[in-house]
Amino acid sequence: MSDMGKTVPAGRRGWFMRGLRDGIPISMGYFAVAFTLGITAKNAGLSALESGVMSLTMLASAGQYAAMTVIGAGSSPAVMILTTIIVNLRYLLMSTALSQKLKKGEKFIHRLLLAYCVTDEIFAVSAAVPGSLCPFYTYGVTLVAAPGWTAGTVLGVLVGTILPVRASNAMSVALYGMFLAVVIPPAKRDRFIGGVVLCSMAASALFAALPLVREISSGMRIIILTLIIASAAALLRPVDPEKEGEQ
Amino acid sequence: MRVPNALYLLIAAVTIYLVRALPLTLIRTEIKSPFIRSFLYYVPYVTLSVMTFPAILYATGSVWSAAAGLAAAAAAAWFDRGLFGVALTGCAAVFLSELLLL
Repeated sequence: MSDMGKTVPAGRRGWFMRGLRDGIPISMGYFAVAFTLGITAKNAGLSALESGVMSLTMLASAGQYAAMTVIGAGSSPAVMILTTIIVNLRYLLMSTALSQKLKKGEKFIHRLLLAYCVTDEIFAVSAAVPGSLCPFYTYGVTLVAAPGWTAGTVLGVLVGTILPVRASNAMSVALYGMFLAVVIPPAKRDRFIGGVVLCSMAASALFAALPLVREISSGMRIIILTLIIASAAALLRPVDPEKEGEQ
Repeated sequence: MRVPNALYLLIAAVTIYLVRALPLTLIRTEIKSPFIRSFLYYVPYVTLSVMTFPAILYATGSVWSAAAGLAAAAAAAWFDRGLFGVALTGCAAVFLSELLLL
């Protein structure tokens, strides 16, 4: 089993293989979620091919839902650009964080390729890697996860609800399980991080329940809470850059 | 005027790629500010926690099976079972509890 923070694979090949393995739960979760996305795509008037191309090129859940809404409503290209930017604003944050995770002088081509891979999940596992990030780890994860996402979407368009409900219910938890696997072990070792995790969950639950605030889309909620809580944490306990890699 | 789907798809794909690529390609040096470094260090923890809860509770057929999945996955994560092990434990807990509940 992967034990983040303990063993570090040797070389690009080792990181790539680790990435392929860590990509499996992501791919499972993606498949289940993309399946329902495919049904939405069909309702928005997209063909199986168009939906597949969309999933492969965008690799984004909320971003694609939003794009489908724009297409379904027949809005202008300008609305498409604006919606895409706003709904995916959190990737700006994640991509900035990843830029700091790369070793100094990492090749430009890797920056261009990594940009494609920035999704919530792939970012999360990449950011959790000890020390600096070897791009090949992220490539491995993406190479397993992106086909799951794309295949799920296409199948969703083609066959709708052929997947047994129990199977898709069970699979949709895979993503969240993976998030917990990234967050809980460091929270156990470091009580401050544990506090950050609990605060974030509590705040998120509050945002989802309170009147007015709950109208905020989940994409915006992530941005707002991340800005507030991560800033507060940074002020309360600044991190020593030297120790960052070890956790 | 009706915009062809292919054009929509192209616009969306290019826009989302730029959102992701600009920071990665423009920020080539190490950010010096201790505040921003610390902020970025905490980003994944906050983002993941916010995305997980309470969303996980509504991901399955019932809140109860989802809660079982959450508890099982959290326990597996506590004992360092790795990404795949934790995810699979959560899935299994949901599947089994739905066999009993639904």
